[in-house]
Amino acid sequence: MTYETIAEQLKELYDRSWDSFGMLVLEFPAENIQAIATRLKEKMGFDMFLDLTAVDYPERDPRFEVVYHFYGSKHDLRLRLKTLVPETDPTVATLTGLYGSARFMEREAHEMYGINFSGNDDLRPILLYEGFEGYPLRKDYPIDMEQPIVEYRK
Amino acid sequence: MEYRSPVRSFLEETADPNNVLVNLGPSHPATHGTIQIIAELDGEKVVRADVHCGYLHRGFEKEAEHHTYHKVIPYTDRLNYCSALNNNFAYAETVEKLLGIEITPRCKWLRTLLCEYNRLADHICCIAATVMEMGAMTAFLYLMTIRDYIFEHLNWLTGARLTYSYGRIGGLKNDLPDGWLERLEEILRIHEKYIDRIHGLLDRNRIFIDRTRGVGCMTPEHALNWGFTGPMLRSTGIAKDLRKDSPYLAYPELDFEVPVGIQGDNYDRYYVRMCEIDESVSMIRQCVKNLPGGPVSIVDDRVILPEKQRVYTNAEAIFHHFKLIIDGTKVPAGEIYNSHECPNGELGFYLVSDGSGRPYKLHVRGPSFLHIGGVHTLLEGYQIADVVSTFGSVNMIGGECDR
Repeated sequence: MTYETIAEQLKELYDRSWDSFGMLVLEFPAENIQAIATRLKEKMGFDMFLDLTAVDYPERDPRFEVVYHFYGSKHDLRLRLKTLVPETDPTVATLTGLYGSARFMEREAHEMYGINFSGNDDLRPILLYEGFEGYPLRKDYPIDMEQPIVEYRK
Repeated sequence: MEYRSPVRSFLEETADPNNVLVNLGPSHPATHGTIQIIAELDGEKVVRADVHCGYLHRGFEKEAEHHTYHKVIPYTDRLNYCSALNNNFAYAETVEKLLGIEITPRCKWLRTLLCEYNRLADHICCIAATVMEMGAMTAFLYLMTIRDYIFEHLNWLTGARLTYSYGRIGGLKNDLPDGWLERLEEILRIHEKYIDRIHGLLDRNRIFIDRTRGVGCMTPEHALNWGFTGPMLRSTGIAKDLRKDSPYLAYPELDFEVPVGIQGDNYDRYYVRMCEIDESVSMIRQCVKNLPGGPVSIVDDRVILPEKQRVYTNAEAIFHHFKLIIDGTKVPAGEIYNSHECPNGELGFYLVSDGSGRPYKLHVRGPSFLHIGGVHTLLEGYQIADVVSTFGSVNMIGGECDR
């Protein structure tokens, strides 16, 4: 398995591909995520869902970039997937059915960026608390804003 | 005043009316680290568990976006605070790759040496805490003695016992002090003596084996599915190690083995760590033997602070010093994912730069976060008392889990 064969086999599912410091990056429409991930896992040996995060570009449209990293233990290849989602409907399909590790990482991306993962019914916060207002890693959330869960002692 | 959990548990009622819900933590003597485990018990058996972390969340990623590249280094110390040097170097290398800098040979070997030295301390700390929770106080004290020698020794080099902030983008803070390597060899000798005692105390200890053998088992597929890396993954028998598979620093030139376990239980995780300790000692000795001379930092005034003497005498140097402090290193726009094999597993930094002096986005893939995401699968089906030993062998570090 090489990057060329991966790019060749997924050709109809992504829009753009490029190389980033030796890692293949594919940018694809948000609705294709489950199709791509299923093929990556079942046909191409990407058995570990390594990382999930989002990047916020307030001046761009669509505003958010959801970034996935995958790893295949058989061939030691790493792969980055990217999709763009708009602010009005930041939704991508969940990968919890394919990878157990998606469970926690999707919860984190949800609480930090407000990305919705359709199909994941457990999107409780992990690092924050319930009732926290706003999404702290979005660029428009001020760094010095405070909302403590327990009132400060006077 | 009413106290309630910050996040509601999905375990609010038991499936079977005879089962009992038990809450462990967030502050509990059996969980080193602030973590809450809500478990449904059938007798003494854990049926389901809900693990909550996040009590140590400090907003690392948000802070990083508001600091210059150099000022993020102290924050990386606090990710896995038992092995701060590994974090420092992983972060520094990420930025260096984006900048396109090649570090000096001495820096490369010294970083490798210190990575392994800190890995030693981290594994020692993990084993000590785990066995202490199971009642093995002697082993704990032996291991802590070694750890203290190592911390004192690193204190001599870096000026701090735990959070070193010793790595720099493009090099290191300072070179080794005189006599540091001689003392290193002394400590390694003491270490070997003590670690032999640990092997004697624990390896065939009936109580220890009963508590760990066959407890918290998993298959390789299970570990990969839940994103486990490091000793957790290797304990299942998969020899995956970033130091071998995608070598960085001076690892390609070192001779070492990747120890693996058999069935991914607590004993395997303990034994993999013990074997890795031996490998680390051997690697440290190889590094000392091969350590080249020369400077530890590159000379590039746009990246690394100029020498103090030059700052006071040279107008250009004072200008660069000023620009570095105020604006920070300008890193070319781009994005990179770079990962190192840290004691707990794969520590990855996903860095997006927009060309300014501050990271546009710095995401950390902390191994502990993924481990905690799947730890409930290792607790379910075993006894409530096994929570302690399984949780210890997972080695959850709050700093890198909650970031």
